[in-house]
Amino acid sequence: MSILSLDDLTYSYSQSHESPIIQGLSMNVHAGEFISIIGVSGSGKSTLFKLIAGLLEPNCCEIHIHGEKCTTNRLGEVAYMPQKDLLLPWRTVLDNCLLPWEFNRKPSRGHKKEVIANIQRMLERFGLGKYEHCYPNELSGGMRQRVAFLRTLITGQDLLLLDEPFGALDAMTKKEMHRWLLELWDDLFKTVLFITHDLEEAILLSDRIYLLPSEPDQGVQEMHVNLPRPRHYVMNYDPHFIQLRQDLEQRLYEKTFI
Amino acid sequence: MRRPLYKQWVHDYGWFVLLIPLLLVSWQSVVTLGWVPSFIIPAPTSIVLALFEDSHLLLGQHLIATLEEVTLGFLLSVIGGVMLAVGMHIFRPIEKALYPFLIISQTIPLIALSPIFIMWFGYTIWSKVAIVFLTAFFPIVVSTYDGLKKGDGDYTELLLTMGAKRWDIFRTIEIPMALPSFFSGLKLSIVYCVVGATIGEWLGGTEGLGYFSRRMSSNMHTDAMFASILLLSLLGISLFITIVIIEKQLLKRRGSTK
Repeated sequence: MSILSLDDLTYSYSQSHESPIIQGLSMNVHAGEFISIIGVSGSGKSTLFKLIAGLLEPNCCEIHIHGEKCTTNRLGEVAYMPQKDLLLPWRTVLDNCLLPWEFNRKPSRGHKKEVIANIQRMLERFGLGKYEHCYPNELSGGMRQRVAFLRTLITGQDLLLLDEPFGALDAMTKKEMHRWLLELWDDLFKTVLFITHDLEEAILLSDRIYLLPSEPDQGVQEMHVNLPRPRHYVMNYDPHFIQLRQDLEQRLYEKTFI
Repeated sequence: MRRPLYKQWVHDYGWFVLLIPLLLVSWQSVVTLGWVPSFIIPAPTSIVLALFEDSHLLLGQHLIATLEEVTLGFLLSVIGGVMLAVGMHIFRPIEKALYPFLIISQTIPLIALSPIFIMWFGYTIWSKVAIVFLTAFFPIVVSTYDGLKKGDGDYTELLLTMGAKRWDIFRTIEIPMALPSFFSGLKLSIVYCVVGATIGEWLGGTEGLGYFSRRMSSNMHTDAMFASILLLSLLGISLFITIVIIEKQLLKRRGSTK
């Protein structure tokens, strides 16, 4: 089932619709997929996320979420996790995770006690059980990112937009996060769109990769990552993995310099 | 690495505390040696003596009167100032229309305006309250308004994607973000308030430390005048410290904002 579909999406920051940052982008995302989006800086990756989340409106085209056409108010329909963790420094870990619940006005949002119990269970699972009442400045970068991810999950949305969630972490912490996310992935039952600059990360985590063009009119490329699941974080020495990586690099290279 | 509390205190205030007795002793000796007549500068001991002699009048009547004016004027300007700042923040036309007036009001020398307040409100407490209000109002409005504008765009976007409404963002992001700046404004204005009240009492009053100091100076009771000035300064310091303590209590459990 298609959870998100874009058809010929175009967006330009200027009022006159000149020099669009995204032009004619089509994309189909199925439930349960993990999809990475790669592109050079300025290719409109973050803009794409803001369009899907509803922070920006496209010039033309339709955005379908859950097969329904979303015209204006998409805010609160998908979960969005920016690169910075953006935890509120004056709220504890638990209170930060409660934020999405506070703004949810649907009757399905559940009782506060149940949501807190749920958060506590997940904190435990994320290895953060002891830190429930800590403030963000008492946590390490990797822990803060995990809290931010948990907060994204608490929105209860099926589609998660993750904008370089591990981009600001050091290489070792990043590896740790990959390992952690892969262990988690199989029982999350979520659909993820994932922006990254890290090719290895993209191959390791994704089912499909979209390559955004550096020039808006060149069209997007799609690549299937047919590595078996469950994935393991040492798979990057697998010959098939290396081949995929080579292929990906070649495509990026061709596109950027020709 | 944190130093023990008393060591930190000695490090921070040691030199300052050491200088005080040195200054007092040299002041005292200059006067007792007869280099300066005591009606020009009274010796510290005679100031303290005057303080004790008139303590009933100074503490029982005049200090209370000044404190009343300062408290009333300050509270009114906090209420009015915050309301105006929030209004300007929420509704742009208010800011466009009133901000210039606010600045113009500050270019009028308060001391020139004060006689009019005396004319309007008479020798009652309200003429002094009005002057205090006017002194405190500007820093409170500006600091609160600037603080509210600090609300980070990234946080706002994140909360919008969670389905937050305007009021939610104001409540969860903008108010907490504005608090440090708001308290800076309070600290500035509480000190000005004492000055404002003194000016008011000078120009027309029947009680208060400003009124007392003026009466004493025209009677050449310099020691009593210095005693009331000492009290005014102590009043300003203790009000300032009160605000600092409230601020510390309120912002105690938050980490750095960034």
